[in-house]
Amino acid sequence: MARAKRRTEASRTELPKACSGIEGLDAITGGGLPRGRPSLVCGSAGAGKTLLAMEFLVRGAMQYDEPGVFMAFEETKEELTMNVRSLGFDLDQLGRDKRLVIDFVRLERDEIEETGSYDLEGLFVRLNYAIDTVGAKRVVLDTLEALFAGLSNTAILRAELRRLFRWLKQKGVTAVITAERGEGALTRHGLEEYVSDCVILLDHRVIDQVSTRRLRIVKYRGSVHGTNEYPFLIDHDGISVLPITSARLEHTASEERVSSGIPRLDVMLGGKGYYRGSSVLVSGTAGTGKTSLASSFVSAACQRGERCLYFAFEESQGQLVRNMRSIGLDLEKWVHKGLLRFHAIRSQQDGLEMHLARFHKLLNEFDPEIVVFDPIGSFIQAGTRKDATAMVTRLIDVLKVRGTTAFMTNLTSGGAPAESTDIDISSLIDTWILLRDVELGGERNRALNVLKSRGMAHSNQIREFVMSSNGIELADVYIGASGVLTGSMRQAQEARERAETLQRHQEVDSLQRGLAHKREALAERIAALQRELRIEQEETERLIAQQLGREDMLRTDREQMARRRRADAAASPPGKRQSKGKRR
Amino acid sequence: MSKNRKPAESVPLGDVEGDPSGETWDLRLYVAGRSPKSVAAFANLKRLCDEHLAGRYRIEVVDLLENPQLAAGDQIVAIPTLIRKLPEPLRRIVGDLSDAERTLVGLQLRQAGSGSRDSSAGG
Repeated sequence: MARAKRRTEASRTELPKACSGIEGLDAITGGGLPRGRPSLVCGSAGAGKTLLAMEFLVRGAMQYDEPGVFMAFEETKEELTMNVRSLGFDLDQLGRDKRLVIDFVRLERDEIEETGSYDLEGLFVRLNYAIDTVGAKRVVLDTLEALFAGLSNTAILRAELRRLFRWLKQKGVTAVITAERGEGALTRHGLEEYVSDCVILLDHRVIDQVSTRRLRIVKYRGSVHGTNEYPFLIDHDGISVLPITSARLEHTASEERVSSGIPRLDVMLGGKGYYRGSSVLVSGTAGTGKTSLASSFVSAACQRGERCLYFAFEESQGQLVRNMRSIGLDLEKWVHKGLLRFHAIRSQQDGLEMHLARFHKLLNEFDPEIVVFDPIGSFIQAGTRKDATAMVTRLIDVLKVRGTTAFMTNLTSGGAPAESTDIDISSLIDTWILLRDVELGGERNRALNVLKSRGMAHSNQIREFVMSSNGIELADVYIGASGVLTGSMRQAQEARERAETLQRHQEVDSLQRGLAHKREALAERIAALQRELRIEQEETERLIAQQLGREDMLRTDREQMARRRRADAAASPPGKRQSKGKRR
Repeated sequence: MSKNRKPAESVPLGDVEGDPSGETWDLRLYVAGRSPKSVAAFANLKRLCDEHLAGRYRIEVVDLLENPQLAAGDQIVAIPTLIRKLPEPLRRIVGDLSDAERTLVGLQLRQAGSGSRDSSAGG
């Protein structure tokens, strides 16, 4: 009574759920499987049903203190124990600790003769006994349909299955029932009729020789759940489901800037580099230095003590490290310090979902500040173009939400327009740097420009991209009649300019010298003229003085003469002279 | 263990036409409480044994409601289940044993072909 009351209370508020403990599954089911109810997990052979069920039990026993019962119809206890040992699940230990019971049910049709009516009470008794032995809260029946193979009276079986599911609910255990996928139906024997609460479909597809595992919640009564197909991964940690497709555009935008590792490029990017958490794309034809640009960025980040995850799809770690050493970047140092982790894998090796699953896992494990994908376009080889685009979109969303800076390179194949990507992701990119070849004057050089960079005043200039053992440098380019000049033509142009400058300087000098000469010459002439003037002036004054002196003398003479004449003939002075003198 | 099993009618007697070997038959019937199917199965079994194995059989009835831990050992799923422990090989017959022909075939007291004309009776 008390239990019934509690259950109605709970159902009024919210459907109680049991955490599966399986990475990602609890996220898409909104907290796990319906507690106290049976859930159906169906899928074709090898889809991962048994593993999912087993992980549900083991996680329950280990993490949620919910012991479990695994009723196996297909594999023996020894086989199961062996199969999950690689995932780190020690079923023997769990059995000794009374946290897990495995009951192998063997049904061989040719050993069994059926006469008359029967029921499956034996199964109920076994299950009940196992549940009570460890106080199990979780039960797995894997694969219940084996009953149909072992017993022929389907009418009895169907009635008994109905009774079984009812009984499981009464027992209040959270049950997982696995079933084989049927033609045109979820399960071969229509078990979905009996389990109405939660149905999970597992799928294992091989497209173009690449296998992909997917999981879908077909139904989940009374609960909101993700309805997409979610890729999942089975690896040494068990199952990881990726609830990524529902990524929304809700990420916050960081104001922080991170250096590109190339000072001159930082200057081009508004003086400070990329935004943290943005997505950066470097595209260019073969050999334009995309990987070098990526490595510079990584190296600078490691220098700051940030963790970087480098996905290399074309080169091995050793090759990358060696090649980057040639431009003065020691990546190995950062690998040893644990700041840089390479993950070199061929994109064709797995399906896109598998890749995505792995990225997700590594992201969670390593928690990097920066992730490099070199090159991103190789994902096309792991699926179709459309799928690859969808996957990269999801990936970028995941990284944005995490605030991780994504650095992607993309190979522009010959002939394709430079401003295009194999995968149609250009609209998702925040900063797009274009690297290109400039063929001129019998040589090939690299040029770089920032095609776009959201949210910053970036340079529109094309710079020459020069790689040397000292690293990457950016140099100005010259725009000539035939386009930009790079490489030795740029150097020639620089030399020519230097020569012209020198010549100009010399001309100015000589002009200035000429002027100085003229000034000196004129000054000399002025001095000569002044001298001449002075001499003339002196001469003139002398002449004037002479003239004045002579007049005085004449007057004196005349006076003396007059005096003398008066003395000689005192009575009569000469008349003519006298009148003349008077008149005057 | 033996105290959990309830030896029922154990009547060693002379020889019977059904089994010329003459060895004692060891049968175990798994039931769950005194359900109609269980009661019918025991009655049917008793009758057949008396007819064909008079005095050379032993029936052990195991009630799984009392001894649930015994179900896994003999791989019991359906109830009632009859196990022929001896003579070997082990045989397993599921159901209330209402079809005498099939029960005899299942116990190898009759060849599958020889009883075929009567098999419609309980089919």
